[in-house]
Amino acid sequence: MAQNPARTGWLKPAVFSTALLPLAWLIWRIAANDLGPDPVQELAISTGEWTLRFLLITLTLTPLRQLSGQVAFVRVRRMVGLFTLFYAAAHFVVWLSLLLGFRWYAIGEELLERPYISIGFLALLILIALGVTSPRAMVRRMGKNWKRLHRLIYLAAILAIVHLTWILRTDLSEAVLYGSILALLLGYRLWRRFGRFRKL
Amino acid sequence: MLIKKPSDILPSEITPERIYRRRREFMRDSAALLAGGAMLPALALAQQGDALKAAAPSGLTRTPPAAWWQDKFEDIRPAPSEEPLYTAEALTPYQDVTRYNNFYEFGMDKSDPSNRSSAFRTDPWSIEISGEVAKPGNYHLEDILKPHALEERVYRLRCVEAWSMVIPWIGFPLADLIKQFEPTSRARYVEFETIIQSDTMPGVRSPFAIVDWPYREGLRMDEAMNELAFLAVGLYGSFLPAQNGAPIRLVVPWKYGFKSIKSIVRMNFRETQPNTTWNDLQANEYGFYANVNPEVHHPRWRQDMERRLPQTLFSRRVIPTRLFNGYGEQVAHLYRDMDLARYY
Repeated sequence: MAQNPARTGWLKPAVFSTALLPLAWLIWRIAANDLGPDPVQELAISTGEWTLRFLLITLTLTPLRQLSGQVAFVRVRRMVGLFTLFYAAAHFVVWLSLLLGFRWYAIGEELLERPYISIGFLALLILIALGVTSPRAMVRRMGKNWKRLHRLIYLAAILAIVHLTWILRTDLSEAVLYGSILALLLGYRLWRRFGRFRKL
Repeated sequence: MLIKKPSDILPSEITPERIYRRRREFMRDSAALLAGGAMLPALALAQQGDALKAAAPSGLTRTPPAAWWQDKFEDIRPAPSEEPLYTAEALTPYQDVTRYNNFYEFGMDKSDPSNRSSAFRTDPWSIEISGEVAKPGNYHLEDILKPHALEERVYRLRCVEAWSMVIPWIGFPLADLIKQFEPTSRARYVEFETIIQSDTMPGVRSPFAIVDWPYREGLRMDEAMNELAFLAVGLYGSFLPAQNGAPIRLVVPWKYGFKSIKSIVRMNFRETQPNTTWNDLQANEYGFYANVNPEVHHPRWRQDMERRLPQTLFSRRVIPTRLFNGYGEQVAHLYRDMDLARYY
């Protein structure tokens, strides 16, 4: 199926620049000193939220392609996935540098003693593994194992929701919202894999 | 027959002693300042005729919840110039004190309480006094405040989330209020409750809230009677905004901020330790005592340091947290024989 080159020509740059908007907005707020009296906390929350949003968008692309038949959705999947890793890394760097001030003794303690941080870190490690193996050459080299490895994104998403839920303290609305979206996305995949076959 | 000659001066015209004393103090302090010369910011304050340590920016002063509040705020004793009722540390600006709040009844974001509390009603307001007291009842706030002169105190506030502020409160000692109701010998704890005003509190209405409202807090009686325990009705010389716990809130500076319960509508005196909201939610994270203590491990936040607000990304002040938030001299004796790691 041949793609219209004009169409794919603008697609990636458009998605790329859109995905940079949250970063641009954050940089603008930093420059305008608009992050409030506790800017570090605000940056940590904001980068964390965008990581989760990008993760969920990444997981939406395959179903969208299947439901709509538009190949364009999966063409940008790797890029959106890498942006997820990008915001996750920013989230991690904010935590490491600004919240902990590179106090290395503290970092080890935090990772081991605070389960919500351990879980978040594990999700980050998964995203890094997926990012490192994302180039086309790696896909080819790894063959069947690539798909197996990249299924870990489902685990990363579940861990991210657990990480968020653990942080919320008096009201679970946010976790319910993002959790329901994830449940929908995972449910769709389960239904496609098992539910449909049974009918055939 | 003795005919009483009416006095030329009505009693209502006599300046109360407090005020003329304050005037004298003000004159004396102003003279000292003029002599000293160099203290320009303090001089600017003195020139306004305001002897308080801090005043809200003129554009941001609050309107009184009711007319009687205005009179109450006419005469406030300024904070002394030494610890513990005052700290010389830089004040957290009014804008930050009133826009960065934890008041979960209004929402979970720090900006929710200031953004979503405009409909909150603070007048009329009454407090129910119950339990082990000689004078239980439902008291109107005006009557509760009547016998108490207001004073200013500049305290550190340390949140369990590892940030801190320095705030000039207006209020009066909790002990003075408690004595008013004559607790019996069986009163060993005092329990506080925050109002539930569902129509103005989005956090209370949320279907996914995991808090069993109303918010509850408590103190042991000797803690409540400590000179530092304070009931605030204002900050920065002005009326308390809703987001800071209007119209009346507790301030317990040696404990994590969540102990300083806001918008109080009930005080119950009892023999047994009361349940408290955070302790009920997550007992391993929030104890009943919740004394500021850098040595006691907290499952969620490191407690050895604190971010003193406000910060910018380029000037971040992170300072070591002190035992009892630096008020150990006044309160350490309350916990003399207690294992603070166990009774956190």
